Amino acid sequence: MLGWGVEFLRAEMNRLLALLFHQGVLDEQFLQLQQLQDESSPNFVSEVITIYFHESEKLLRNLRLLLMERELSDYKKMEIHLNQMMGSSSSIGAKRVRNVCVAFRAASEQNNHAGCLRALELLEHEYCYLKNKLHELFQIEQQRALASVVRYPARHN
Amino acid sequence: MASPSTRSYHGCDKDSDGSKRGKLSVLIVDENVLVCRVHEMLVSKLKVAKELLTETATDGKEALDLHLSGSSFDVILMEMDLPIMDGPEVTKKLRAMGVKSIIVGVTSRDSKVDREAFMAAGLDVWLEKPLTAHKLKSVVEALEKK
Repeated sequence: MLGWGVEFLRAEMNRLLALLFHQGVLDEQFLQLQQLQDESSPNFVSEVITIYFHESEKLLRNLRLLLMERELSDYKKMEIHLNQMMGSSSSIGAKRVRNVCVAFRAASEQNNHAGCLRALELLEHEYCYLKNKLHELFQIEQQRALASVVRYPARHN
Repeated sequence: MASPSTRSYHGCDKDSDGSKRGKLSVLIVDENVLVCRVHEMLVSKLKVAKELLTETATDGKEALDLHLSGSSFDVILMEMDLPIMDGPEVTKKLRAMGVKSIIVGVTSRDSKVDREAFMAAGLDVWLEKPLTAHKLKSVVEALEKK
């Protein structure tokens, strides 16, 4: 029964990953990240994703603040933040988030305030979706790890 | 204020393969902590040297100061957008100092103008993020040929 639990959870993880790949939310760079994890760095993926969440939320806040400046938006600063977000997103395989950043950057280069606002809303939406799905993935992974270390009680004579 | 650079060492297990170089040192210059971590891990997985040394610098001035204090590297992975001193400026200064490292521009910028400006500053190679094991391996192979 316990073995069945581990296998079921592994299948759930694979199903979720396949869905995220199919939706274009993640790309092969995420697999590369998983391949970098090993016994010497067993929490590498979750460590990197945690940094990604922290940094992305800071960048999204900064982008919103810049766009709220009604007098003059600092498009140069916006592009720097966007390049940062693109760098992080592409490094973890967050394909859809990265693609929205590309469109956002294009609007910023044209000093298109309305375009930038629309892109920011889409970016926040895509980021939220990605974050929820990655949390789901890590929860399943944690349950699988727990299920695989549960032992039958030792026999006492 | 520049944050201190971080240095890490990775030694390969003893093996009888005499074809590996003794040491490979890589400087990762990027403000982005996540990118530095991923690049550091990618370098640590390279099976091209018995000893792998990585150091990170989170701004251009820090990268320059490392060289001024006597450090040298086989490969420098350089982002274009850096605080205090940007990638092209650091690259120009390093080349003016006589630095012969392979300098790889690794950036999210993809415009032809940016690429040409960065290459003109003294890069050996320009790569668009994300950096992958395959791209990194080809950089090291170019170093072997140099």
